[in-house]
Amino acid sequence: MIPTAWYLILAATLFVIGAAGVLLRRNVLIVLMSLELMLNSITINLLAFGHVLQDLRGQIIAIFVIAITAAEVAIALGILVALLRNKNTLEVDELTVLKG
Amino acid sequence: MEREFFLLLSVVAIASALLVVVARNPVHSALALVACLVQIAALYVLLGAPFLAVIQIFVYVGAVMVLFLFVIMMLDVRKEAQTRYLKNAALPGVVALVILSGELIVLLTQSARLHAVMGPGQPITSQPSVESLSLLLFQDFLLPFEVASVILLVALIGAVILARADEGTVPARAGKDHATDYRNDTGEGLK
Repeated sequence: MIPTAWYLILAATLFVIGAAGVLLRRNVLIVLMSLELMLNSITINLLAFGHVLQDLRGQIIAIFVIAITAAEVAIALGILVALLRNKNTLEVDELTVLKG
Repeated sequence: MEREFFLLLSVVAIASALLVVVARNPVHSALALVACLVQIAALYVLLGAPFLAVIQIFVYVGAVMVLFLFVIMMLDVRKEAQTRYLKNAALPGVVALVILSGELIVLLTQSARLHAVMGPGQPITSQPSVESLSLLLFQDFLLPFEVASVILLVALIGAVILARADEGTVPARAGKDHATDYRNDTGEGLK
């Protein structure tokens, strides 16, 4: 039997690593991948609590998280291709279209 | 034996997650993320959710990461030698990360409500079947399930429209030209 705290610590570690990728990296693709990592750490948490409480709803919500993530990645990569076509860059600090 | 498996999987997962963030080449990042996701899928099996593990490998490794790799290959974004990290936003980012990790440490170690929920762990043999999972999904969660399918349809159509070349402004330029433009552009930027 693995203590639930181990899963939570692992998920927190992966979340912080993913947040580091989102906050520090320059390439939009890597930022998106780090986002995937953060979502996966959340899914670990959901499944860990669902397992320790013997509640299937954790797995149900995890299924929805995976489905929404697939949709998000499709949209994000579509935006990224359009962005590269129009702005010719993939660096986060050069994409300042929203800046007033 | 379970604990050894958990430690092995989590060490590999954390190492490959670090590689995702640190790697210079986006292809290496993507492959490291594939490794990390496979480890997490194995952890799902340890958590008594084998169905989720299969779904994770199908959807993430099979679809999402292949999509990422397609985009990386198509856009040719492997010219990032000197500029891995943001320069201006590095300090606020590191401060935010330190605050976040401190917060998580305090939450995991100090929170009494969290510790009340955290048990010693369940044996893996008491895993629920796929049958009960599907009954719950198609009875109690039928409406969210249908909404998720509509969201996926909208994402599909939206991605096609977004990624399609705009005929009005850019007349019939092939993707190869864009990749070449981008490479030249970054090459000048680095110099």
